Amino acid sequence: MLFMKILWAFLSVGLLGAIFGIGLYVASRFFAVKKDERIQQVVEALPGLNCGACGFAGCESYAEAIVTAEDVALDLCKPGGADTAMKLGSIMGKEVEFSAEKLVAQVHCRGGKETAEYKFDYEGIEDCNAAMLLYGGAKKCPFGCLGLGSCIKVCPVDAIDYDEDGLVWVDRDLCISCGKCVDICPTGVMKMIPYGADVIVACNSTDKGGVVRKYCKVGCIGCAKCTRSSPDGGFVIENFLAHIDYSKKGERSAALADCPTKCIIRTVKEVKIEESAHPLEAVAAQDSHDAD
Amino acid sequence: MSYVGIIITFVFVENFILTKFLGLCPFIGVSKNTESAVGMGFAVTFVTSVASLATWAIQKLILQPLGLAFLQTITFILVIAALVQLLEMVIQKISPSLYKALGIYLPLITTNCAVLGIALIAVRSNYNALESFVAGFSAGLGFLLAILLMSTIRERMNTEWVPKPLRGVPIAFITGGLMALAFMAFDKALLRNLIG
Repeated sequence: MLFMKILWAFLSVGLLGAIFGIGLYVASRFFAVKKDERIQQVVEALPGLNCGACGFAGCESYAEAIVTAEDVALDLCKPGGADTAMKLGSIMGKEVEFSAEKLVAQVHCRGGKETAEYKFDYEGIEDCNAAMLLYGGAKKCPFGCLGLGSCIKVCPVDAIDYDEDGLVWVDRDLCISCGKCVDICPTGVMKMIPYGADVIVACNSTDKGGVVRKYCKVGCIGCAKCTRSSPDGGFVIENFLAHIDYSKKGERSAALADCPTKCIIRTVKEVKIEESAHPLEAVAAQDSHDAD
Repeated sequence: MSYVGIIITFVFVENFILTKFLGLCPFIGVSKNTESAVGMGFAVTFVTSVASLATWAIQKLILQPLGLAFLQTITFILVIAALVQLLEMVIQKISPSLYKALGIYLPLITTNCAVLGIALIAVRSNYNALESFVAGFSAGLGFLLAILLMSTIRERMNTEWVPKPLRGVPIAFITGGLMALAFMAFDKALLRNLIG
């Protein structure tokens, strides 16, 4: 009797499982939705970050658009860059030209608690756009970085963080050039620069020099010294603010040394340990050195 | 018990999340924004309705005649898993827009204990086929109600100051606990007053 019961239990569960298995197999054949195989190939070729820089909801929707709609460009994936565009071209059988240099975001402001003047202490929501609504932010400078980290939160790859001075800084090696931080920044202090840029003018203030001097120690005063020190460096003064034309490849180190407010800075932080290939490694090495 | 009674019981009095504490995983995991919470709620409602009907049939037609009621849990899990897979295929074929809306949540429901819970409860309460279906449907509605309330509260809480150790999931659990206290107001006595 017990044996029969075990047999029945075994049989019924086994049969149910088998029936469901076969049923699902039949159903999967019957209800199969035909999908273009190339969509899967394109999805695999894309980086899979779902950053949205291409203008589509994610990598999958971009892949679907590439395959189903004919007129979608293949070079929209900024994180993937030239490699991805080439792969997409070979999958879709199209010629792709991808010449643009990789762009990375960077904060063009070094005004912190010690260097910049503040109007008041902001204790609201930690969001730059919210802070901007309250008298244009806590800083006297209306163009600078508010430092509340909206860009840090929006960055899909955690390339942005506070540096050792407590200021927002982008790690150019992690940046995938999606431009989300540029879009969310209310002051426009986050700008795209070429990956290979050696220096930036870390100021966004278009006020006159005297006004800038009153509220910030490290702001650009528009003195044009950089244009004279490094005439081939592509420095241009516009609205009392120096810009760099990165298509000019001349030297810029003289301007870097001569800038009276030191607002021209290197894009790669100077690290104390020499001969290190990667800045992060240098920092790690320095840490362990300090521990000794 | 009348159908109205079953509906009120499973939506309010025995709300699956706030009274029985079943299905807490999607309740906490998918309640960060209202849109996905509603998607999850409808997907669960859909599956609980169909699953309680299917498990009723398995129980009455196979397990009871063979005297194998002790195999309920394992067979019900089997049925639910197969059913969710089948539903996913059918929806993908018939209504791509509904598939896109529910898509990612459907496979997650397989492991939602609320679905197994309603199947077992319906069987234990000796409901007939239609009663099982109504019970499953209203249990899903109760889930939808709870997760919708939770998601709107959590959306508002985003802009509020919360002590650092409590941010995120901990404060969500505290909120859920307070909601459960509020739901204790719906009890059997209320049900008796309402439908006699």
